[in-house]
Parts: sequence; C-alpha cells; structure tokens
Amino acid sequence: MTRRRIVSIWFPQLVMERWRNAHPATDDAIPLALAEEGPHGQVIAAVNAAARHGGARRGQRMTDARAILPTLAIAPADPAGDAAALAAMGRWAQRWSPWTAVDGADGLLLDTGGAAHLFGGEAAMLAGMARAFGALGHTSRIALAPTIGAAWALAHYGGKEQVVIAEDDLAAALAPLPIASLRIDADAVLLLRRLGIKTVGALRGIPTEALGRRFRKHRRAIANPLRRLQQAYGDVEEVVAPLAPHKVYRASARVLEPIRHVAVLEPVVADLAADLAQQLEEAHLGLRRARFEAFRIDGHIAQLEVETAAPVRAPAHVVRLFSEKLDGLDAGFGFDAFALTALWHEQMDALQKGLEEDEAPGISFAHLIDRLRVRLGAGNVRLAAPCASHVPERSIVWQEDMGAPGAFGEILRDRPIRLFDRPEPVTVIYATPDGPPRRFRWRRQLHDVARSEGPERIAPEWWRERSEVRLRDYYKVEDEAGRRLWIYRSGVVGDGRGGPPQWFVHGLFA
Amino acid sequence: MTHVPCLIPTASSSCSSLLPETIVAPRPMLQEIFAAPGDASATGLALAQLPGGEGGSAPLFWVQEARAAGEAGRVFAHGLPPRLRRPVLHVFVRKARDVLWAMEEGLKCASLGAVIGELHGNPQALDFTASRRLAVAAERHGVPAFLVRTGGHAELSGARRRWRVESRPSLPHPYDPKAPGAPAWSLDLFRARDMRPGIWDVGYDPAAHRLDLVSATGDGAMAERPSRYG
Repeated sequence: MTRRRIVSIWFPQLVMERWRNAHPATDDAIPLALAEEGPHGQVIAAVNAAARHGGARRGQRMTDARAILPTLAIAPADPAGDAAALAAMGRWAQRWSPWTAVDGADGLLLDTGGAAHLFGGEAAMLAGMARAFGALGHTSRIALAPTIGAAWALAHYGGKEQVVIAEDDLAAALAPLPIASLRIDADAVLLLRRLGIKTVGALRGIPTEALGRRFRKHRRAIANPLRRLQQAYGDVEEVVAPLAPHKVYRASARVLEPIRHVAVLEPVVADLAADLAQQLEEAHLGLRRARFEAFRIDGHIAQLEVETAAPVRAPAHVVRLFSEKLDGLDAGFGFDAFALTALWHEQMDALQKGLEEDEAPGISFAHLIDRLRVRLGAGNVRLAAPCASHVPERSIVWQEDMGAPGAFGEILRDRPIRLFDRPEPVTVIYATPDGPPRRFRWRRQLHDVARSEGPERIAPEWWRERSEVRLRDYYKVEDEAGRRLWIYRSGVVGDGRGGPPQWFVHGLFA
Repeated sequence: MTHVPCLIPTASSSCSSLLPETIVAPRPMLQEIFAAPGDASATGLALAQLPGGEGGSAPLFWVQEARAAGEAGRVFAHGLPPRLRRPVLHVFVRKARDVLWAMEEGLKCASLGAVIGELHGNPQALDFTASRRLAVAAERHGVPAFLVRTGGHAELSGARRRWRVESRPSLPHPYDPKAPGAPAWSLDLFRARDMRPGIWDVGYDPAAHRLDLVSATGDGAMAERPSRYG
C-alpha cells in the first residue's frame, strides 16, 4: 500500500496576523491583545509579540492581562472572519492538492500523495507553501508525514518551520514529541501526565491492550489517546475529508405584485421546478427532497417539503407533489418571492425520454409511491414483506421501505387470504371435546360447522412473548352456507395459563 | 358431486356464455364485486381473474378503507394462490374518497399487476362519475381493477362487469372427506358490458389457478361422469 503524504500547515499567529494585515499602520511596539467575549467577560484571543513579552497570553482573561500589563491595548477579535479567511485559504491551497481540508481554527490539512513532484519534490513544495503563505502575511509551520496525526504533531510540536518525514523515520520523529501533540484534549493530557507519561514514545511503549482497557470508555477520538496514537502511527486509517465545493441547487423567483391566492401558485412552482431541473440535469443529479419556500411580505416564510422515493427531475412530477399541499399555505397579505431548494439530491444520469412521449401517459411505480405518500402519509403506504415467524400476525411485516420486497415462499399449510388485525372472539354454542366447535356464534350470527380441518398447533414464541401467552390450535372450518373461516382455540384445558380455552376467528378463506 | 372440467369456448356451442373461460375477463377492465361482510369470496373471485404464472412479479396494489379492513380483515399475502405470489403494496386509508383517488393513481401505473380497492357500504364519494373514471383509467392503462364492496348495495356504476358473489360449500377435499376443499362460489353477474349476465357456480383450483364450473345441485356422490363426455 502506498502511504499517504499528508501536509499539515499550522498558522500560529493567524488571528493576530489577520488583524495586523487589516491595520497596517499599527505600531508593533505597543502591546496589543484581541479580545472576544467569553462566558465570564472578555478573553484574549490573540496577542502580539510585545504583549506576549509582557506576560499576556491566549485564553487569559482580559482583566488579568490588564493587571499584569496596564499598557495593553485591546481590539475586538473577529472569529467568524477568521474562520472564513481560513476556509478561503483552504480553497486556495487546493492549488497544491485537491484533497484539502480546514483543520481546527488555525490549520490546514492537505493530502499531497502523488502531487509533490509537480512542485519540485517534497521539500521544495513545503518551502513554496511557506513562501506563498508568507506573501499573504502569515507565518506557518508545515510538516509532511505519512499520517494526519504525525503531520499535525510535527507541525505543532516539531519546532521547525518545515519538516519532511519519510515513512521509515516516522516512529523516530514522533517518539520525542510531547503527548499533547497527539491531538487529545486537556483532560487526557493531564491524566497521562499524572501517569508519568510525557512523550509519545513513552506512550507507544505501553502495550496496546493495557491502553485499550484504560481508555475503553472514551469513545471520542479526542479523549482516547490510544486511538490517536494508532492514527499517528498509521495503524488506523484516517483520511482527509476534502473541502467539497458545496453547491446548493436552488431556484428562486420574485413577482411584482404579491400573490394572495394560493390557486395561482402552481405555475410559480412549475417555473421553479423547471429551473431547478435544468440545474440538476447539468450536474447529473436527481431530486430526493425539495423544499418550496414562499416569502410573505409581512416577513413570514411558508414552507412545504416533499420527498420522493427515487431521484426525479421531471418538473411535472415535482409540481404534482407540491400541488397536493399548496392549499394548506396561508398567504396572509401575499407572497412576493419564492424559492425551490433541493435539500437532498442523488446521482441520476440522463435517461432517454420515451421516443413517443404521448404514447405512455402513465407513471412509474416510484412516482406512484411518491404521490400516495404525499397525500396519504408515508405510514399508510406499505409493502408486505415476509418475516420468519410461525405466528400468523407476525409472519408479515408491513414495511415502508420499497427497496427490495422479499419473496413469499411456499407455505405448506393452507393460509387464509384475509387476516383480522385483532382476532374476533366467538361464542361456542355446541362444543366437541377435541376439535372445533360444532356450532358457534360470530358477529351475532350462528354458524354450523359442516366440515373442518385441523388442528394446526402454533406454539407461542417463548423467546419473544410473555410466559402467559397460550398456544393456539387452528382449524379451517366451513359452515353450512359455505363460508370458510380460520378459527383457533387459545390454549388447552389445564395448561395453567388462564381459564378455559377461548375461541377466536382469525381469518377468512376465499 | 359433478365436477365439469374447464372447457374451451367454441362459437358453435349454444351455451358458450355459460363457460367459465368467459368469466375471466378477456382484457383489463373495472369490475365491481359485492359480497357479504364476513365473506372473502369477493377477494377470491378478483384474484382468480388475474393472469397467473409467468411474468407474475408485477405487484398487486391493494387499497383498503379502514372500515372494510375492519369488517373483512387485511389481505394476508401468505394466503395468495401460489401462482399469484408477488409483492403486495398496501394502502390503508380512512376515507372512501381517498380509496378512489389512490385507485385512480394506481391505475395510471402500468407496472402494477392489479388494483384492488375495498369499500364498505355505500359511500357518497362512489358515484357514477367516480366509477366511470376508474373504468376508463383501467382500460387506458391496461391494469385490471376491482372494486370489492362489502355490505353495500348496487347503485349506478360505470364498472364493466358487476358481480354478486357468495361462498358455497367447497369442492371435496382429495384426501379427507371431512375437510373443506378447494373454494367454490356462487356467482351472479347481474350487469355486464361485454357478455350476457348469468348465474354460475364455480370452483377455484388454487394450484392450477383455474376456475371450473360445478353443478348447482352440489354435494352428490362422485358416482357419474357427465354423459356428454362419454
């Protein structure tokens, strides 16, 4: 397996440098801190060199810093702007590798496997990166290693501007680093320090089983040193989730005069659906869930969402799904803007439409299910699927997932075509000691049993049911008129699970 | 009891309209079947008319009104005849209007094997226009449609064939004289577009998926074969 070549770039002074770039006329001799609002007052987000020299540091409370350094100047920090700037730098770093991700608040990760030779080798590439970010006004620490964990650790704790670690040198390079370089939280660092473990190499020396036992309850990677250790050494795979161009497929429209009547919304939806379909078609995508928003002039937004069973683009189908629901919108003083957004889309390659479009005006199975669900509710549209159980009511499950209906195999015994949701009790008028009743009353009607077949004994599923559940003896009986019923006796005499056995009608044969 | 095997209809036969072959609708159409509430024979007749066997993976679309499901139970897919084992798409609705709407939507989908809607009583939504719409949709898209009515009476309807059906004593069981055998029904076709109305007693063989005529007198001994085959 070719190992990855991960570049971790750390901008130690990102916040202050951004501020500095925006305010070129500042005197660097004056100690300066950027403050952001913390839970208990202002907290320092970044300091310049003079302030650091005077004793102020990041994370300190502003009042404490002021007490140490009365001359400290304060300016507001801009965390949102910093994050946006870092994301922009992340996209910009795609010039080196498309697999680029933002790492925390002040770093970038790049997977440069197979890319370094384009920039004159790994060392030259790192130097080029440092130069490029330097031109943007940012100091950087860059490390290149086979794993994300190692690259991160060496960038943050390696102590050099640029480091390139080959696959074979990985263990030697990581061993002297402090345990904080494993990307674990402060609690884990404190715990390891209390245990006397100060370096990654010392932690690596402990048997994996022991570490795993000690931290087995820490599921999150940031609290689990073992996981982080394995990630750093490449025992466990970890990948760079790249900054994907996150495109929102959305069509919007405004109208000159507010629309107050819901009835005229359908053409609007049709326009938007056609627009959206075109966007999706260019991207080879199909719609799975869409939201229609109607913006009221009084500041409210009316929303409708529909979901489809299979990716669709056909505007007519989308319009139909919405038109069921449009009546429910409250127009108030009128809508003046509309938007249709694809909330969920899936790959859908171009399909040839029918050559003779008018020939088949029907709809597909997936479209049918969409329409039924929109109007009747998803829970009422279900597919019968067989389930491994002898108990009749459990041998069928009604599933909402239309994906793969199971096949109904051969059942040896005769089964009724209709089954009651709740078995209906019958009053036995004339019983026989063993076997079905000769005469019983069901739904206020007397039935004389002319012929019968059975019993078929179906025992309760003890692994699933309570211990009082009684076994059932099923009979297929036919009365004088020819009606064929599936009746059962619940329990037998003396089974110790309740009173005398009772009779129920459970199904009807054709 | 006399059991007449299935015949192939011929033009010369004077009783061709009596033959069970024509009971099975020759092409997809809307049929209405009336039955008493606790009687599943209407379901049986609807299923018996579907083409079975090869190419039989087209799902059945079953629409049940809540009251109809309460009266006659829910369709139990394990009980489908062997040749009609296929996926069952089930829709459960509260209003008769929604039953008709769902059926019409289903009829537009030509990949369905059949659309079966069940209604209880005489709902207001089921008028001539509604049933006529279903009849037209069924013929246009080639999907067999059945309106199964429990506890209702016949009013004006656009259905192409209208049946009243009730159970009659079943055919003899091949191995056990005391057990019920293959189902048998009394059919009353009281209105039809494409054939003469009539009354038949038929038996249904689930394994062969075939309707056979049985003698109306029923339950005789298996003594004689019908003489016209002799």
